[in-house]
Amino acid sequence: MVFAAIFAGGKGSRMGNSDTPKQYLELGSKPIIIHTVEKFFVNDRIDEIIVLCPKPWVAHTKDLIKRNLPDGKKITVIEGGETRNGTLENAIEFIEKNYEVDDDTVIVTHDAVRPFLTHRIIEENVDMAIKYGATDTVIPATDTIVESEDGDFISSIPNRSKMYQGQTPQSFKLKELRTVIDSLTDEEKSILTDACKIYTIKNKPVYMVKGEVFNIKITYPYDMKVANTLLKGKDSDD
Amino acid sequence: MINQVYRLVAPGMIDVACTQPDIKDCVLLRPLYMSVCKADQRYYLGNRSKEALKAKLPMALIHECVAKVISDPTGNFKPGEIVVPVPNTPTEDDDVIAENYRLSSHFCSSGYDGFLRDYIDISPDRLVRVPDGIDLKVASFSELISVAVHAVSRFEKFAHSRRDTIGIWGDGNVGFITALMLRALYPDAKLYIFGTVYDKLAYFGFADDTFHVDHIPEDLRVDHAFECVGGEASRSAISQIIDHINPEGSVGLMGVSENYIGINTRMVLERGLNLFGSSRSGVKDFERTMEILSSNPTIPAYLENIIGEVTTVRTIDDIHKAFKDDISRHFGKTVIKWEK
Repeated sequence: MVFAAIFAGGKGSRMGNSDTPKQYLELGSKPIIIHTVEKFFVNDRIDEIIVLCPKPWVAHTKDLIKRNLPDGKKITVIEGGETRNGTLENAIEFIEKNYEVDDDTVIVTHDAVRPFLTHRIIEENVDMAIKYGATDTVIPATDTIVESEDGDFISSIPNRSKMYQGQTPQSFKLKELRTVIDSLTDEEKSILTDACKIYTIKNKPVYMVKGEVFNIKITYPYDMKVANTLLKGKDSDD
Repeated sequence: MINQVYRLVAPGMIDVACTQPDIKDCVLLRPLYMSVCKADQRYYLGNRSKEALKAKLPMALIHECVAKVISDPTGNFKPGEIVVPVPNTPTEDDDVIAENYRLSSHFCSSGYDGFLRDYIDISPDRLVRVPDGIDLKVASFSELISVAVHAVSRFEKFAHSRRDTIGIWGDGNVGFITALMLRALYPDAKLYIFGTVYDKLAYFGFADDTFHVDHIPEDLRVDHAFECVGGEASRSAISQIIDHINPEGSVGLMGVSENYIGINTRMVLERGLNLFGSSRSGVKDFERTMEILSSNPTIPAYLENIIGEVTTVRTIDDIHKAFKDDISRHFGKTVIKWEK
């Protein structure tokens, strides 16, 4: 089975004065999180969807899904964790508890605030997770990346042609992901906030799926303006 | 849902745009294969008038497609069914005028978005099921086949009943498919093909004879004819048809020309000829197309022979590659395997 786990744990602290977590803000005609869930809902490679959100927002999220999505695919809303890794572990535990996990069980994890992902990105995540065990979605870096140890002076400038920017989804064979996470100490868990980074440190391959420049993460008010602009434009269907 | 649509914004330039179809209202399809039409190519290359380009762009190209049903809130189609979307969309009913000739109808990739999209949102009455066993690459150009079927249906409506000899002028894709449909529907008629390239004429093995347009026997006569040439050359094709057609014959005009084409009306009048235009197609033509394909197993096999390049598209650069490959193709269809 292939599960989609939508991480909707953001508290909205970076979105200006809004108290509403950013994934619940309206983009076009619907909340951002609904646009994102819909992309997995219509993709027939995804068997079931798990949405992980802050506890106070679980009921609201369920209402939104009920109101906006037709019947047809099981969507479960559960509480996320305190950290990204905690949310990931909650998703894994939910699947292990409720389904029979085998070697081909795949989890596709995705940020709720990236509603512009495409069909191809999901397909390639599933295909490459099955083939290689783990994937990250990336785009080539366009800006030069500068590294600084002290925050004041440049300590190194890596070769830009080898630099990529990480997006999501990140996808994994679930059994292997469980084994890798279990091998971490609590201290490692607190430092290693990115599941793909854990794989890399453990010398496990992570295939890079080509993302899209427009697969943006809506984090700041500026991102919301960009997202609204992406949705405007001549609608030739009308 | 946010849907990515890949629009031609200027000749040779494709950019992504987003639309918001409501998945609770429309049938949602995932395109599997598409095919490039010469009409798309004219937009891509900018070979349309400045006024037409200004009025119609930005617009997603491609109106030939086969797709898989993702969801249908109306219950008419099941997820996974293979269908072809009909690019013509009527906006009013008319008992007399066919849907593809109504001035109010919309047409995908001509002023309205074509099928270069992540998902196609469409009304269920614009979908036709593909019979089992049909190659999906062939099904991708069902629309072009349906255009030929539509022309033959109009021929059946207008032409007198003596249909012993039928001439097809044009050795390209439209000529090939129109001839093939006539072969299926009129197995006893003599089919003569007239073209300019011997290599292309050689593909018409199912016809009774083929002729280079410079070497047509003077006494050769046809009861009816189809012009599938288009462009400036359609003038000489129509002229030849008028020279070689029997009195009261019908001539189906199918070739598109950007400029006016002169016609020898004196001879049209003298011989009582019936010239009729034929363009695009509607749902009924798609349905008849599928009947022909499923009841004549040799026809899809012939159609497989005209599949040229198959380009897998995962990026916008791949879309450009498909269109550029198609430019240099003299015969056959450029098919896109849609993995974008």
